[in-house]
Amino acid sequence: MTRLRIHIKGGHLIDPANGVDADSDIWVADGKIVAVGHSPDGFTADQIIDASGKVVCPGLVDLSARTREPGQSDKATIASETRAASRSGITTLVCPPDTNPVIDSTAVVELIHHKARETHCSRLLTLGALTRGLEGETITAMHTMKGAGVVGMSNANQPVRNALVLSRAFEYAATQDLTVFIRPNEPDLSQGGCVHEGPLATRMGLPGIPEAAETVAVAKTLELIEKSGVRAHFSQLSTARAAHMIARARHDGLKVTADVAVHHLYLTEVDIRNFDSACHVLPPLRSEQDRDGLRDCIRNGMIDAICSDHQPHEPDAKQAPFPDTAPGLSGLDTLLPLALRLANERLISLSEAIEVVTHKPASILGLDSGQLAVGSDADVCIFNPTESWFVTTDTLQSNGHNTPFMGWEMHGRATHTLVDGRITFTNQHD
Amino acid sequence: MSIETQAPTQPPARVKPGNIQLDPNGKLRHFIAIEGLPKAVLQEILDTADSFANAHDQREKKVEILKGHTIANLFFEPSTRTRTTFELAAKRLSADVLNINISASSSSKGETLLDMLHNLEAMHIDMFVVRHGSSGAAHFIANNVAPHVSVINAGDGSHEHPTQAMLDMYTIRQHKPDFPSLRVAIVGDLMHSRVARSQIHALNTLGVGELRVIAPQTLLPTGIEQMGVQVYQDLEQGIKDVDVIIMLRLQRERMNGAFIPSQGEYFRLYGMTEARLALARPDAIIMHPGPINRGVEMDSAVADGPHSVILEQVSNGISVRMAAMAMAMQSRGEGGAI
Repeated sequence: MTRLRIHIKGGHLIDPANGVDADSDIWVADGKIVAVGHSPDGFTADQIIDASGKVVCPGLVDLSARTREPGQSDKATIASETRAASRSGITTLVCPPDTNPVIDSTAVVELIHHKARETHCSRLLTLGALTRGLEGETITAMHTMKGAGVVGMSNANQPVRNALVLSRAFEYAATQDLTVFIRPNEPDLSQGGCVHEGPLATRMGLPGIPEAAETVAVAKTLELIEKSGVRAHFSQLSTARAAHMIARARHDGLKVTADVAVHHLYLTEVDIRNFDSACHVLPPLRSEQDRDGLRDCIRNGMIDAICSDHQPHEPDAKQAPFPDTAPGLSGLDTLLPLALRLANERLISLSEAIEVVTHKPASILGLDSGQLAVGSDADVCIFNPTESWFVTTDTLQSNGHNTPFMGWEMHGRATHTLVDGRITFTNQHD
Repeated sequence: MSIETQAPTQPPARVKPGNIQLDPNGKLRHFIAIEGLPKAVLQEILDTADSFANAHDQREKKVEILKGHTIANLFFEPSTRTRTTFELAAKRLSADVLNINISASSSSKGETLLDMLHNLEAMHIDMFVVRHGSSGAAHFIANNVAPHVSVINAGDGSHEHPTQAMLDMYTIRQHKPDFPSLRVAIVGDLMHSRVARSQIHALNTLGVGELRVIAPQTLLPTGIEQMGVQVYQDLEQGIKDVDVIIMLRLQRERMNGAFIPSQGEYFRLYGMTEARLALARPDAIIMHPGPINRGVEMDSAVADGPHSVILEQVSNGISVRMAAMAMAMQSRGEGGAI
């Protein structure tokens, strides 16, 4: 695919990293932003994108998205999901290491990167396994995997039970200057659970996962982070209490950041009533107080970023009694509109809503993307902020139709996406 | 240009309102849970059971209400007592009965629950009686069966066991018909008990005067007080002056160390003895859903003593299950509100 010289014209540019929130054109060539506001000398555009009435912002960076490949391509593939990402304004996806085989060797890293490059859609980055096979026993060849391109280390949803192994893994990651990504979960406390432990779980007779499963893991992990000096990121927090513990540790000088999956800012345990398996996610949907507390943390910056925690499933995976269904929801399609909805609901400004899904996650990954300054990679999302659409099986782009937002009206939809200066998506109806 | 953001619209109700258990006329269509059923329906079940109970006393026990209908007992968990009484109830209504125990067969062949249901529907089954280890299983099945099929929950996970609760209500009503004047205590493993959850909903819907639950904290689920019960951790305080004591079964795998330290200590703290029973009202009745662990939940002297109505519960189970089946079968085909 050739890279065109592109003039994005007449749009409203929002580039939070550089404090831009104004009507402004941008010019793209050779995969980079070559000018903002004023046309570069002698620029002749191969293509002009009319962005009038639209917002031009950095492409979204999603800190957690499973493409299901390798290992579960009956659910989705790298091709299907990087394409769906592009069509949803997301230009970078981060793949957790719990593929099959696990991302614990350069061979798997290279396989995934190779397949992703072939699709010519959004970028797919990888996290390497913190322990071999995610088994929590031996640390992996982090230096070698870093050389192959992983952007951090993680044990995905498999907690490392042995604190000594975890401590050494952190120390070794610190030596290699790698960020560790942790989904905090104390396995003995969450074992067998499928919903938030509380009055509703009690009424429904569903095994609960207590808040302490998350907070105990955060407390333990923070101690080991401090001891090792590793740079750490907490993924998909579900409790306000854990977010506060992390914010306090950061205030005390620890190098820690945190994200929340966007559905935890909208849904609560109550949405599970009538055993709705679309709401079976891990960590579980929690109380209203947790949801509101996490929203407060987004407003005051205690939580840095928002991700989709995308986990597409085939329909059968959700067709069973609630506890027997596969956890996880399909989230790529709804990441942008649900982030925008936070601005629509006046929780944060539009610029802040864009920042938590672009520049903030990019800086957690140590990337230069997530911004549109001259010289940066031309990963661009153009969206119509007022276009309304309904989440239906016809409008969803991901292979996974397992979304609890089915039937919701969304405002804001990507019309064009550029990855590395190439147009990977144009809304034909536009 | 300034960017106008759109005021968000309210999301749609994710789950359609309306009670899948009732048809548009408010009649019982599926019997999945006590929660959500109005008092009138519970009373109708009890009154219908009464009419069948009178029939038991006659030489010819059968009535022909469900003649020509086929009922499948789908048991994904082993059960003798519940399955037997459902079978007997169906036969006394003149239905044909198919017993299917699925602990190993189909599920190990990788057949999904939906495939199995659709196969059985193709054999023209009119009603499924379902027991399953996962909470919400009966709900899932009721949401997925053909419109002419009714579903009766014979126990789903730790969620509900509505026919057991109704036979308990029936038994209580026989002895103590004035519910608002009653003080009732439920003792034991409330954490894992589907029976207890159904009983709590039934007793509250029927307007019992005071409802207590008694257990150590390890066997009390979080927030149970929000179901309308008073929580006691001390048995002797909890059963003081009660009219009805319901003892729950403690599963063997929960006895030694996981939730309580030992059978012996459990019995010392929560076991029912004659001495403790004396703290309740003099005419108190004592109940147990069975099977009893003698010497763990209660002494044999109590189980077989004058206050015990445990065997009556078993006989009443047949009439109550006949009532639930007959009512659900009569209202079907009238386009239930799924």
